[in-house]
Amino acid sequence: MKPSRLAECGNWVLDRFPVTKFWNDHMAHYYAPKNFNIWYFFGSLALLVLVNQILTGILLTMNYKPDAKLAFDSVEYIMRDVPWGWLVRYMHSTGASAFFIVIYLHMFRALLYGSFKHPRELIWIFGMLLFVALMAEAFMGYLLPWGQMSFWGAQVIISLFSAIPVIGDDLSLWIRGDYVIADATLNRFFAFHVIAVPLVLVMLVFMHLVALHEVGSNNPDGIEIKASKDPWGHPVDGIPFHPYYTVKDLVGVGVFLLFFATVIFYMPEMGGYFLEHANFIPADPMKTPEHIAPVWYFTPFYSILRAIPDKFAGVIGMGGSIVVLFLMPWLDRCKVKSIRYRGGIFKKALFLFVISFLALGYLGTQPVTPLATTMARLFTTIYFGFFLLMPIYTRWEKTKLVPRRLTKVKSIEDQLHEIEEQIPALLEEITEVKPAITEIGHPAFKGTFFSRRPNPKGIAHVLSRVVTNLKRSLD
Amino acid sequence: MRSLITVLLLFTLTFNVNASEEVELQEANIDLSDTASLQRGAQHFVTYCLGCHSAKHMRYLRFALDVGVDPKKVLNDIAPEGASIYDQIHSAMNKHDAEKWFGVQPPDLSLIARSRGADWLYSYLKSYYIDPSRPFGVNNLVFQDTAMPNPLWKLQGEQHAESRRSIYGEYTKLELDAPGTLSESEFDLFVNDLVNFLVYVGEPVQLERERLGKYVLFFLIIFLVIAYLLKKEYWKDVD
Repeated sequence: MKPSRLAECGNWVLDRFPVTKFWNDHMAHYYAPKNFNIWYFFGSLALLVLVNQILTGILLTMNYKPDAKLAFDSVEYIMRDVPWGWLVRYMHSTGASAFFIVIYLHMFRALLYGSFKHPRELIWIFGMLLFVALMAEAFMGYLLPWGQMSFWGAQVIISLFSAIPVIGDDLSLWIRGDYVIADATLNRFFAFHVIAVPLVLVMLVFMHLVALHEVGSNNPDGIEIKASKDPWGHPVDGIPFHPYYTVKDLVGVGVFLLFFATVIFYMPEMGGYFLEHANFIPADPMKTPEHIAPVWYFTPFYSILRAIPDKFAGVIGMGGSIVVLFLMPWLDRCKVKSIRYRGGIFKKALFLFVISFLALGYLGTQPVTPLATTMARLFTTIYFGFFLLMPIYTRWEKTKLVPRRLTKVKSIEDQLHEIEEQIPALLEEITEVKPAITEIGHPAFKGTFFSRRPNPKGIAHVLSRVVTNLKRSLD
Repeated sequence: MRSLITVLLLFTLTFNVNASEEVELQEANIDLSDTASLQRGAQHFVTYCLGCHSAKHMRYLRFALDVGVDPKKVLNDIAPEGASIYDQIHSAMNKHDAEKWFGVQPPDLSLIARSRGADWLYSYLKSYYIDPSRPFGVNNLVFQDTAMPNPLWKLQGEQHAESRRSIYGEYTKLELDAPGTLSESEFDLFVNDLVNFLVYVGEPVQLERERLGKYVLFFLIIFLVIAYLLKKEYWKDVD
């Protein structure tokens, strides 16, 4: 059969540009482990948010004015006079916070299942570089609305550079382009925010994915699926990314967008955490706000900065808190990847780390009090302890036997079904049948009545079982 | 899916506001669908605030369209003499005079409801009291040593601050000395209308936003259901 005109055109392109090869290498013939769980949604969601930020960002630049005199008003112009400008702006501002939520969960997944370990060290390094670039992008973008918090937040953070001995003052002057945050700073931050850093981000995302597809994805069991292959050379425990994970990720996208849209349409300020109240006041270099706090996603690191009494040491501490993350692949000496088969000591350490990270984040939003400072110091110690003591405690770890093939996980439907089945037995256990005493003397009510009452012994029994299960899951 | 929802919910839970006000604020009753209240509020704003404060991000036409009144009516009843319907709500006072008279230029009020909050504005406007030590003879319980004189004193009357003791400790209460032209409930309604208008001015699109949100969420739920069924169909044969 003679190929159609259209097919000929298509072939002409394919002979010169390997679209099909690219598609097959990275989607249709890329084999991913079939046991990805909920934690594996956040990678594709991060990509979605990145695209959202780039598209809405392009639309915003069409009406935004990077000028200290016009910036604040141009944002309000976008919010009021530009058709759909409010939606684009809220998608961008909410997207910034969503980006960090998604990325923090994505990074936590790597900690849970050891995705940073051999042979994926470079994926982790690229990912950490992405995280640093993302923080730079967010920090510079936050100056652009030119509100009070934009101005004073940038003022505080850039003045940190002046804590560096000898070159500090000149360095911060060089970064700002002026003695205070000013028009020159706004213009250069705009340039970095809309073109320089996004280019770096996109390039790093590309490298992150190329590195990932070279070695293959990790999975909740932490097993290399390439170790067992079928006669055709495909991993037995793998399935093609497309269509299986494209349709699965679509479900994740749906759930994510439900939350995302709820915030955009019903709580775009998120109680002053996504858009801070003080940022609705135009930047005023003569008036310092009572309480300067960075946006929520920086607060854990800001807390570490404030917890250390000396300014320069604080800057080192804050920088160090990010640098140690880069070292994860070499700090963790345990051969087992997944938390499912790791020893209790790592589970407990990770648990403490999460607590301290969240606590530091909360403390960073609060004004300084002696108690808060003490708490911040305690949690900073735990934060660094998690990383710096890791080479020691991961050696003692009593790991469990790692299976050779992926284990089967019950589907959510089955789990729900199981819970449903347990409910009657549970109800039986926490209640007891007691004869009710009738106080009515009428002969029609004579006899013994029975009714179900809560059984304290049963409840205590169930509670203790829950606690033992919880403790066992941490061992 | 359930654990994803729990995780995201846990994240939102940590985002509670921690108000650090010393004075307990009174609650404003904000209802942006009450167009009569918004119109009264706009009138009050032009009469009592516009002398010094602008709302330069708001246009008269936008207000007319959002509230659903004839633009001509807005021009006649609300906008000051000589304003065009396309104008933004500008004040006639210039910066130079303002700084000479008050020390600072009175801030633009377009976003005051978003930076201060409705309850703060409501309580602030009701909490002026006589204080001869201040340049304008008044002080404010919510915003100590405010530079703004009380524009509503004729309506509210004059209040003085009184220290009182209760079992919970010492607190300050405002007592009405000389009643104004409005009764207490009339004045509350007056301030509430004004604050309602300011909340609207802070983000004119908010009602539209909430209306649209329902359709977006409805669409997303349908999308989610279809995506889930698609996933189930594809994954049927994966063991």
